[in-house]
Amino acid sequence: MTATVEKPDSETVELERGRPVDHAELARRADWIRLRTIDLIDQAGLGHYSSTFSCAEIFSVLYYHSLRLRPGQPDWADRDRFLLGKGHVATGLWPVYADLGYYPADWLETFGQIGSPLNDHPNMRLAPGVDFSSGSLGHNLSVGLGMSLAGRLTGRDYRTFVLTGDGEIQEGQVWEAIMAAGHYRLGGGLVAIVDANGFSGHGPTSDAINIESVADRFTAFGWQAVEVDGHDVAALCATFDALPPVGEGRPVCVVARTRKGKGLAMMEESPQSWHLGHLTPEQRDRARAEIEARMR
Amino acid sequence: MTDTQAPPATGPDPAAPDPGAPESQEQIESQEQIEARQQPESREKMVDVFADDKGHTQAKTNPVGVEIARLADADDRVVALSADMSAVLADLRARHPERYFEFGIAETNTISAAAGMAAAGLRPYVLSMAPFGAIKCAEQLRTDVAYNHLPVRFVARLSGLAMGFFGTSHHAVEDVAIARTLTNLTVVAPADSNATIGLLRSTVDHEGPVFYRISEGTLPVYPEPPTFEYGKWVQVRPGTDLTIIGYGIGVGLALSAAETLAAEGIEAEVLDAVYLKPFDREALLAAAGRTGKLLTVEEHNEIGGLGSIVAEVLGRHRVPADLDTLALPDVDLEVGVPAALHAHYDLTPDGVARRARALVGA
Repeated sequence: MTATVEKPDSETVELERGRPVDHAELARRADWIRLRTIDLIDQAGLGHYSSTFSCAEIFSVLYYHSLRLRPGQPDWADRDRFLLGKGHVATGLWPVYADLGYYPADWLETFGQIGSPLNDHPNMRLAPGVDFSSGSLGHNLSVGLGMSLAGRLTGRDYRTFVLTGDGEIQEGQVWEAIMAAGHYRLGGGLVAIVDANGFSGHGPTSDAINIESVADRFTAFGWQAVEVDGHDVAALCATFDALPPVGEGRPVCVVARTRKGKGLAMMEESPQSWHLGHLTPEQRDRARAEIEARMR
Repeated sequence: MTDTQAPPATGPDPAAPDPGAPESQEQIESQEQIEARQQPESREKMVDVFADDKGHTQAKTNPVGVEIARLADADDRVVALSADMSAVLADLRARHPERYFEFGIAETNTISAAAGMAAAGLRPYVLSMAPFGAIKCAEQLRTDVAYNHLPVRFVARLSGLAMGFFGTSHHAVEDVAIARTLTNLTVVAPADSNATIGLLRSTVDHEGPVFYRISEGTLPVYPEPPTFEYGKWVQVRPGTDLTIIGYGIGVGLALSAAETLAAEGIEAEVLDAVYLKPFDREALLAAAGRTGKLLTVEEHNEIGGLGSIVAEVLGRHRVPADLDTLALPDVDLEVGVPAALHAHYDLTPDGVARRARALVGA
């Protein structure tokens, strides 16, 4: 992969919000995330492919266009925060953080081994770039609410983004957080992105317990909700570019309509089969070829 | 009655005398007698544990709220989160309203949001009722707060049987067992109001999370707020015949029992096990060496609390000692006014003294 996105080279290099980047490049970056996810899972022996693939464009747009960051200074107080509510897709973020300079690329070689700072679910104590640990579904929207309230209290204008799975919003705590965030009117200071890929670990999300209409439910709790094609990088850029100011009005829910397993035909056809799994060497090579062909 | 039993052939005969009815007018209680029986002087009555009476909040009923407001005066990072416990925070609300966050009856959200605030540089104090904060939210406390080493201060009021009047749902008698297993969490239990203030002050700069198990209805132990050294117990009374170790209400009960025992010629040492985690192994082992007879006193299930920890530590260090543990039995507990419950389960000065006498063979 020959990246053309800018990389930081010192502590103070700042990646501004809405930085200019070619949409085709962001789409290629999403496929690069898929490729690297395949590599890391291959190395580890097991992983969450299809859930990661559904949010690859969201990762690409946030980290290469929308978030205000200083990768050389991971604890910079004014950075935008990104919390991975659906922590099982951290594999897709590890190559991004390495690429942006949060840690050396050779850390990726430790993935899957005891002692690695890069776990299957992210740990803020171990991996620079991780704004909060996750793994237990349903917690991170509450955590993001706390971060956003702290930002408002201390007069900072950072945004806190929380990516939740659509199955994750079946957790009761999520609705406690949604209710409180609506009450506190955090505006563009708190952005929930629902990766609405329609599937949980064992089948269609709404076959288990219906979650629709996600947008109407958030709206009823005091949020503003917008539906977007979660694989359309231009639409995602426009959505994040148009976020309201921090700290005023309704917080924002972005319902990203996605496909679980997006980008690989075999996983799009059978998404729940690839929620957790391991490609055989033949499957892996075919998968890489399919993605690389699209990137050329 | 089971299905196989035949129903009675007839109902009660309304003309027949009721065998339970009084036979003469003389045996019927007067209205005064009924009232006296229902509310005798000796009968324990529930006090309003939620009261925020400014008349006696300053030192007695609301040390937590008063001290958190003082800490907030001194440090802009201090914020308080309430899961429907705002009455306790009256002082903070009056002086720093912007640093008071009400989260309503939503404990899990409250604790995770506090973790987010701590990760953003604040020092959040979470006020919660012990059964609904600590026990309901053990996983949030573990995963979001303790595992991430975040400086959240978790103030669990109304622990033990303090709300025992309301029902078993309101007992918090497993919280120490839960909290002490959470890696990185400091667990402390003040013996009285001054200890509560002293502990809040002594731990203000601790970089990790702290769990305060607040007891209600304690007997006075400390004449003024003490300074507690991190991880260290306090000897509140010297003695040579046995060592009584308590926390929360257990310390005052032990002190009171020690007075009684002293009159009988039994000198009981009393230790305040104010730090349950980290556990003051040195103090325990030293006491075992001094007296060799240990009695633990706690308002907690007999499983997983102080008595359990003491037994573990003695066993691991192969220190022989005579040990007795006064705690709540692992059975369905009674419901009632806390003082009556304490009496029922021997958590009284007399109850402690009886166990102490047995331990020393008196």
